[in-house]
Amino acid sequence: MSDDRDDLDDLKAALRAAPPTPEPLKKEADLALAMKNFDDLQGSRDGARPMSDAPKRGAIGQGVIKMLNALNTRGGLAATTALVAVGFAVLVVMPNVDQVDMPGVTKIATPPASDAVEEDIAVQPAPEPLGKLAQQPARPRSEATAELRAQTGQSAPSIAAEPMMEADASSFADREGYIVRDDMPGIIPVQPEASGEDYANEAPSPLKVTSEDPVSTFSIDVDTASYAVVRRDLKAGYLPNPDAVRIEEMVNYFPYAYPAPDGAHPFAPTVTTMQTPWNAGTQLVQIGIQGEMVDDRPPLNLVFLIDTSGSMSDPDKLPLLKQSLRLMLSELRPEDEVAIVAYAGSAGVVLDPTKAADRASILAALDRLDAGGSTAGAQGIELAYQVAERMFDDGEVGRVLLATDGDFNVGIHDPDALKDFIAAKRDSGTYLSILGFGRGNLDYATMQALAQNGNGQAAYIDTLSEARKVLVDQLSGALYPLADDVKVQVEFNPARITEYRLIGYETRALAREDFNNDKVDAGEIGAGHQVTAIYEVTPVGSDAVLTDALRYAPAPDATGSDELGFLKLRYKRPGEDASTLIETPITAGMGDAGTEQRFATAVAGFGQLLREDKYLGDWSYTDAIALANGAKGDDPYGYRAEAVTLMRLAESLSN
Amino acid sequence: MMTDQDEELAQAAATGDRAAFAALLSRHYDRLFAFTFCLTGNRADAEDLTQDICAALPAKLAGFRAEARFTTWLYRVAVNAAHDRRRRTATRAKAADGWGDWEVNRREAIREEAEAQDWLTQAMTALPDELRDTVALVLGEDLTQAEAGQVLGLSEGTVAWRMSEVKKRLRAMRAEEDAI
Repeated sequence: MSDDRDDLDDLKAALRAAPPTPEPLKKEADLALAMKNFDDLQGSRDGARPMSDAPKRGAIGQGVIKMLNALNTRGGLAATTALVAVGFAVLVVMPNVDQVDMPGVTKIATPPASDAVEEDIAVQPAPEPLGKLAQQPARPRSEATAELRAQTGQSAPSIAAEPMMEADASSFADREGYIVRDDMPGIIPVQPEASGEDYANEAPSPLKVTSEDPVSTFSIDVDTASYAVVRRDLKAGYLPNPDAVRIEEMVNYFPYAYPAPDGAHPFAPTVTTMQTPWNAGTQLVQIGIQGEMVDDRPPLNLVFLIDTSGSMSDPDKLPLLKQSLRLMLSELRPEDEVAIVAYAGSAGVVLDPTKAADRASILAALDRLDAGGSTAGAQGIELAYQVAERMFDDGEVGRVLLATDGDFNVGIHDPDALKDFIAAKRDSGTYLSILGFGRGNLDYATMQALAQNGNGQAAYIDTLSEARKVLVDQLSGALYPLADDVKVQVEFNPARITEYRLIGYETRALAREDFNNDKVDAGEIGAGHQVTAIYEVTPVGSDAVLTDALRYAPAPDATGSDELGFLKLRYKRPGEDASTLIETPITAGMGDAGTEQRFATAVAGFGQLLREDKYLGDWSYTDAIALANGAKGDDPYGYRAEAVTLMRLAESLSN
Repeated sequence: MMTDQDEELAQAAATGDRAAFAALLSRHYDRLFAFTFCLTGNRADAEDLTQDICAALPAKLAGFRAEARFTTWLYRVAVNAAHDRRRRTATRAKAADGWGDWEVNRREAIREEAEAQDWLTQAMTALPDELRDTVALVLGEDLTQAEAGQVLGLSEGTVAWRMSEVKKRLRAMRAEEDAI
């Protein structure tokens, strides 16, 4: 034990031995930035649109930046952003510097100011004793609880009730509490991307010339996380990093009413064509895939593996999870079974496998869940799978749902070992889905990786309406898999289509030969899921053709087939090794786009605007809003209305 | 005692007293920077994080209540800002194609970085974020486990458990070093 002590002592000594001194120029810049924001705040307490309110970089600012750049010893983007802020500070502070003759930059650090204030305050009552601290957390929590209650009370999700929507008016209000998300509004004008963090997203799918490269192959994708990320960023007041935008994930976030399959296959493709809103000379070919609704599904065996570490006690975590599970319970069938395992706090089996019919027992177990333990839940995940295997009967579907705010300390520390463990369990028939709660601590990469390995979805639940979407509206889809390794291949007819491009799915592209290779993994589709893919195609003879015809290649034979292309889909039924093929020609008269297709197009356009794609011409957020507004359809849960709100936010932020 | 007046200064600053804010900030800047250095483990990140905090501090001060000690409150703001920054980093990493590659690259980067740095940075970088937060508060800032719990919104027991976890990892790191 004394060795342990030594290690800690060493660390402590090292930590305290030589605290780094801030670089003077950097310190000055930081202080100036703080003072500038302080002054701004006094000027307009509700100035909450940092992007649009931020002063444009003027001539003076430029000069100061140049000067400071010359002075600065360190390069790099991060330093530059600080200097831009200094430039602003000078611009703003100058007009009211009647008492100083220097820009505010140098004024702040002068000791006399602080001494004077200290003397004034020395006669004031002593500060609160430390003991009072214990009560401090109660305040922000109760506020957030009220917020949560407001959401709970609503029967359908309403955008107005979501806390983030109010951020415009209150982002400078009290948000220091550790429950409410830390938006750091003051830094928004300084683009967060400038910090040097990298994406490894693929470049947008390039335009393809049909006569050279007629075949397009990709895996379907039912993930929707990119939409949640975009939504979070927009509501927080800044445009998402273009590389964070995945168009297919945004399009697939929304439910679409495509015709249900009625044949032997578990899903059916619907192909439609429409005029491209952003280009008069091209057409959109949309492929909508509808998974069948499963009415006679086998009973579900659900094991909830719930993080009960201390941090889960925030109102938007465990309490929201409990409410979500109550909502979900009413959607389960009596023969479905539920078990609950807790980890990282009060570890162990909280509820033995119980039929959903026994609501009272399940609700009682939920109420017993309590965050705040301090024990490590060592075998959390293994225990959950053990319970799941105990529930498993032939033909039944087992699934572990891991609910956490970011503590993946589930008993297996090595990420690779954890992934292998989950993949092995997937192959033996138990899938894994991840429900992320809370803000700030969550590791999306880990969430997505684990869910992918577990054949499940990773969902981020920040409000009760999102919980309803994930756990109630899409219960069967999220929990009952229809088909694995679903691949799409389209061959375009060069006699009809000169050029084409797939919108989105960059990270899901497959090699042409992988389509027929059953060893190559692809996306899964669940009951009732919809997947949409959109191609922009340029018909032969259109004046929108971007490439010139080749001089030495033979012109495509225009007398051939009338078909625009040929669609092939491959999928495997869960547990099978061999794939099944669906084929259908794509013809111009196959079906006209309706509300569903128009809305999907609006979202695809929205995504391309956020990504600053080059194919949109003058098409703007205003056009996207108009298109989406005219195609809201039924929208029983308000998802599409919310999308329009996000488009409006993006429009105002991009100006 | 100088620190006794932090709370008064903070309240004055919260109501618009410019001098009070300037005094408060200049008094705590160096300490804040040292703390963010503990949280992040390297100078570049510490500078970025300190800048985030300075930028947001005026707005956050409006929410300061006298029942908390200013330093406790400031620690919390700093830890939250660190979380926020990591979350943004994680979001960006998530947009990368597969977690496998991301994790491999991350570990590779950490390893390379660690080789070039001293034991402290190495030890701190190897700790997961939540343990690093805890270490920064308990060892770096000499808070009691209860006080650190206040800052982090955790029970004292959880802080104690985290510290024992830190010990375990340090021991493992030692063992690895000795083995080389």
